[in-house]
Amino acid sequence: MAHVFTPGLQVIESTVIEKDRTLPIPGRVLVRMNESVKAEQIVAETEIPNDVQSINVMNLLSISAKEIHKFMLKQEGDPVAEHEPIAQNKPFLGLKFFQTIVRAPFNGTLERISDVTGQVLIRKPPRQISILAYVDGNVKSVCEGMGANVQCPCTYIQGIFGIGGETFGEICMVSSNPASVLEENEITPKHAGKIIVGGSHISYKTFKKAMDIGVKGVIIGGFHAKELKAVLGYELGVAITGDEDIPTTLIVTEGFGRMAMAERTYNLLKKNNGRRASISGRTQIRAGVMRPEIIIPFTAEESKNARPYDASSESGIQIGDEVRIIREPYFGRLGKLLELPPDLTNIETEAQVRIMKIQLSDTGEIITVPRANVERIEV
Amino acid sequence: MEAKDLNVIIATDCGSTTTKAILIEKNEKGEYRQTFRGEAPTTVEEPYNDVTRGVLNAFQEVQELSGRKILDGEKIIHPANGKEGVDIYISTSSAGGGLQMLVAGAVKAMTAESAQRAALGAGAIVMDVLASNDGRLPHQKIARIRSLRPDMILLSGGTDGGTVTHVVEMAEFISAANPRPRLGQTYTLPVIYAGNIAARENIKDVLEKKTTLYITDNIRPTLERENLFPARQEIQNLFMEHVMAQAPGYGKLKEWVEVPIMPTPGAVGYLIHAVAEEEGINVMGVDIGGATTDVFSDFDGNFNRTVSANLGMSYSVSNVLAEAGLQNVLRWLPFEIEEEDLANRIKNKMIRPTTIPHTKNELIIEQALAREALRLAFEQHKLLAVSLKGVQRHRSVSDTFSQSGSGETLVDMMKLNLFIGSGGALSHAPRRRQSMLMMIDSFAPLGFTRLAVDSIFMMPHLGVLASVNKKAAKEVFEKDCLIPLGTCIAPAGEAKIGAPCLDIKIKIVSKSDGSTRSISEKIPAGSLRIYPMTPDEEAEVEASPTRRFDLGAGMGKPVKKTLLGGVVGIVVDTRGRPLVFPEKSADCRSMVAGWYRDFGMYD
Repeated sequence: MAHVFTPGLQVIESTVIEKDRTLPIPGRVLVRMNESVKAEQIVAETEIPNDVQSINVMNLLSISAKEIHKFMLKQEGDPVAEHEPIAQNKPFLGLKFFQTIVRAPFNGTLERISDVTGQVLIRKPPRQISILAYVDGNVKSVCEGMGANVQCPCTYIQGIFGIGGETFGEICMVSSNPASVLEENEITPKHAGKIIVGGSHISYKTFKKAMDIGVKGVIIGGFHAKELKAVLGYELGVAITGDEDIPTTLIVTEGFGRMAMAERTYNLLKKNNGRRASISGRTQIRAGVMRPEIIIPFTAEESKNARPYDASSESGIQIGDEVRIIREPYFGRLGKLLELPPDLTNIETEAQVRIMKIQLSDTGEIITVPRANVERIEV
Repeated sequence: MEAKDLNVIIATDCGSTTTKAILIEKNEKGEYRQTFRGEAPTTVEEPYNDVTRGVLNAFQEVQELSGRKILDGEKIIHPANGKEGVDIYISTSSAGGGLQMLVAGAVKAMTAESAQRAALGAGAIVMDVLASNDGRLPHQKIARIRSLRPDMILLSGGTDGGTVTHVVEMAEFISAANPRPRLGQTYTLPVIYAGNIAARENIKDVLEKKTTLYITDNIRPTLERENLFPARQEIQNLFMEHVMAQAPGYGKLKEWVEVPIMPTPGAVGYLIHAVAEEEGINVMGVDIGGATTDVFSDFDGNFNRTVSANLGMSYSVSNVLAEAGLQNVLRWLPFEIEEEDLANRIKNKMIRPTTIPHTKNELIIEQALAREALRLAFEQHKLLAVSLKGVQRHRSVSDTFSQSGSGETLVDMMKLNLFIGSGGALSHAPRRRQSMLMMIDSFAPLGFTRLAVDSIFMMPHLGVLASVNKKAAKEVFEKDCLIPLGTCIAPAGEAKIGAPCLDIKIKIVSKSDGSTRSISEKIPAGSLRIYPMTPDEEAEVEASPTRRFDLGAGMGKPVKKTLLGGVVGIVVDTRGRPLVFPEKSADCRSMVAGWYRDFGMYD
């Protein structure tokens, strides 16, 4: 049977996901295998090397690089305190007034003395970093010194684009249907600390109110591209996000503009209204693509029947599959795949491309769409 | 494998957006010809997360179209036997963000710039250029190195036997930053040292413990000489060995190919340089991709390549808008559109990068964005393709009035003979004349310039094929890859729209039946004319500019040339350089609509 591989977003009611929670450099792992963990629990922690400052001792003491060791008071590896002398020249005529002393600019460690460049490098004390579990689940494996793999039976939904990092909270449906706009007056102080779900659109003004109130996350169908600049403070050039310094994570499920949230996504979120979820706005549309995600962990009872999503069984879009069109003029419309003709076909632009014949779900109309403009609805 | 063994070749280019496969077969006459092609989205996204999946999809399309069975399940049938199998599989790649490098040198305008050229020529994206005198404080440099996470670092500095201090200082910063590679956590970052040979021991002392250090010849052995080849070679070797091996699915792909996977821009650059060398002409090329736009130039034997890392038509399309500004995109549209609507469409393309325009207006918007991406990439190229800086020049009295210092751009559009366009937006434009006008609008050629386009985007494939079988690569390049568009005649100079500009006499001769037709016209300033020709025709052209205009022979001096035909023909462009647009948007739309109408772009 004819089929084609076109990746779609995952909207899966029951699955088991695994999250690698690892440190950037080796450190200490604080959890054990099979241990049950909570999203906000620290899994691993370490100290990462801090900033380095170079001091040109050669110039300061008016000496040559080769003789630097003779003038050093501290050696490589020695701890140094702020303002502590680290090098000095010999006093002229024995008068201390003429002596130059080089002092440490901050507390730290003397890392290197170079007799080629005459520089001394001092590094600030290391910074502590911690990795949280991010999802409620069980530790499936531990990577010694690096972190752990946390397994989580859950409902799993991917968005198309997001901003803001990982956070947790209770899902709270605000818009009454997937096509309605999330209005400013619908957000109230009772939404503080929650992940709110809207319909087709949220304006910058309303999103700002959500940030001011302390909403943890907003899940919405669409967002205007021009208003993204107002949130970020700059024009987003490439879709690599997740490190923005904003208090509220934004997950857009459909795209830019006003777009009704896919019914399946909306209904799944509605079904989980009031439950705890972990979300992340991190998006990377490059190699190793990352999409924003909503993870709603299962109870022990629900977990019994959950099975991991099997990507190897993936056979691409096949005739009869439910699909979504992802480009104008049918952007966002759903339909059923009828035909996958192998020959190149002329479209309105006069380009010759491979196409699909699709029957639209809402009108029953049969349309021709370039294969590249269709995604499968993952179930 | 010997060249004579190759009868059926399958080649892919794994781009950041699409994976393109072409089939090349030797016919009964013993000629290599490109016969079928297939393409599929590059599969670096979940749930596939394996580049070979996109390769298999592209193969499957070739199979369906050609009737040749290439795959047995997921295995390539090898060697070819009748209508089954292929003799060799080769590939280039820019997926996974291509090769991303950090470059460091002693002096910004000299060794650092040479190192940048070496990295770009090897097909890399240069994330930053660090130098002792780049204006940043040492701790800022260290923080920058640590935050970037490149695939590898190229360190250069000092001429052979010269000072070692600056380059060792840069090595110390790299060591202090202790940088981590972008992909994979299990290997240490490769650093290539291509600087002063006298500093090698010091560099080893500083870097050997913290990085995987490779030492190669100095890229600037003397101030007057650049020696980029050994460093470029080392970069390409490491690209395969370290970088690609970490990307999703490349381990498998590496086993499938019979010669090393080349970075896409490296393969295209190889071809551009070969054309310039073989024909003895000045050539420029541009490859507009999904994430990046590469510009290549070879003027008087000086080959240069630049990559504009975030100017592309899918992943980076939103950055084109950010860098060019909304008004610069809107000026190319002959219809009205809400700014908000346009911004939303562009960002939607960014998040769903593999989609293609379905309607005519969507195509016009994409081609407007392509013009701006090409224009900005060309501006960047002119800044980097310069003569060596820091070189002392002997001057004579005659130079007093026409001093050309070191560091001047080598790009001279009046001297350009051939300009080749490649990449999705140019190779796949539904009408060839759309590609031609996009190239003219963005690069503004002057004088007489032949234009050609890569027929179906196969220059990368042929670049890597040349490393296995030069004959096959050359034959396919000439017969199937290069589509001659025609010649652009554009005088340099300024005048009011409608003022006299050019008298032109054209005599077109058919090479097959000898029939002729003649045209004689007075063309005013501000015009865009097209005189159709076929590739089978030649034209004798006599162009006499008025005294305010120059066609390469001097102001007001006539020029006679014999021009080769092309699928579009001769284009006479007297719109001036740079193009000037009316301030009122309605006037702008009407002017652009007129150009498109005269050129037969969309109607």
